[in-house]
Amino acid sequence: MKARVFVTLKPGVLDPQGKAIQHSVELLGYGGIADIRQGKYFEIALESSLEQDEARETATRMAREVLSNPVIEDYRVEISE
Amino acid sequence: MKYGVIVFPGSNCDHDAYHVISKHVGQPVDFIWHRDTDLSSYDAIIIPGGFSYGDYLRAGALARFSPVMNSVKEFAARGRLVLGICNGFQILCEAGLLPGALIRNRGLHFICEHIRVRVETTETPFTNALEGGQVLKIPIAHAEGNYVCDDATLEELEREDRIVFRYCDAQGGITDEANPNGSRENIAGICNRERNVLGLMPHPERACEELLGSYDGRDIFRSLAASVAAQV
Repeated sequence: MKARVFVTLKPGVLDPQGKAIQHSVELLGYGGIADIRQGKYFEIALESSLEQDEARETATRMAREVLSNPVIEDYRVEISE
Repeated sequence: MKYGVIVFPGSNCDHDAYHVISKHVGQPVDFIWHRDTDLSSYDAIIIPGGFSYGDYLRAGALARFSPVMNSVKEFAARGRLVLGICNGFQILCEAGLLPGALIRNRGLHFICEHIRVRVETTETPFTNALEGGQVLKIPIAHAEGNYVCDDATLEELEREDRIVFRYCDAQGGITDEANPNGSRENIAGICNRERNVLGLMPHPERACEELLGSYDGRDIFRSLAASVAAQV
């Protein structure tokens, strides 16, 4: 079983890295880009013995307590076989 | 009176803090490895600057899980003094001992230069030997010093007089030009509600000798030393 955790900056939190990436991409000639925001992606392999609910619970708790900082970031958890 | 300087893998201002306590404060001081948990013989703890755990995940995020941090929380809960400098401030925020967070500087650069901060309150054990409004010249050295918090937290910090330092110009003016990293309301340092935990991004331990370009940081350590002496 696999958990995928996406951590993204909350709307309104300044993302100078995203801005710099956007600037570089635009210099390369890519048009029509309104905004780029950088986030983090975690792939967590979980023991196959875990029930889907347990896996989701574990990954969600990890996302909340460790992988994200609730002051500045949001997270989203996906579970797959 | 005994001071402890916590050492995480990646701390690199631990020796500066040690030097200032032994040479300028003139008190015994130990390095405390992050796996140690017994702080019972210490009267004040310094969490120094550096790049604990290489700033992996987020600055200060992994240091918070080191065994010593539970002891630091208990130490703080007993009213003992905890000073977090730079990465130490980031760790204290991640650990929930101080509110808010420190994100990437708005200009993206790692900034290493002398800046000025204004003393916003002398009602802390770390600033009671200073004067309100006093301007200190102290270096900063960080890429993630941009202080953010929500409106409710800012309102609480202001109402409870917990903003301890703000970035300012040479005359003490709080301006956007004098804000090196984009911190909300020019905040450079805050304390907890009980006022015994201070976190600040500038490095007072690097501003204690004339040779280093400024000794304005000494007054912060003088305040700390007097407060520790009063507690013991």
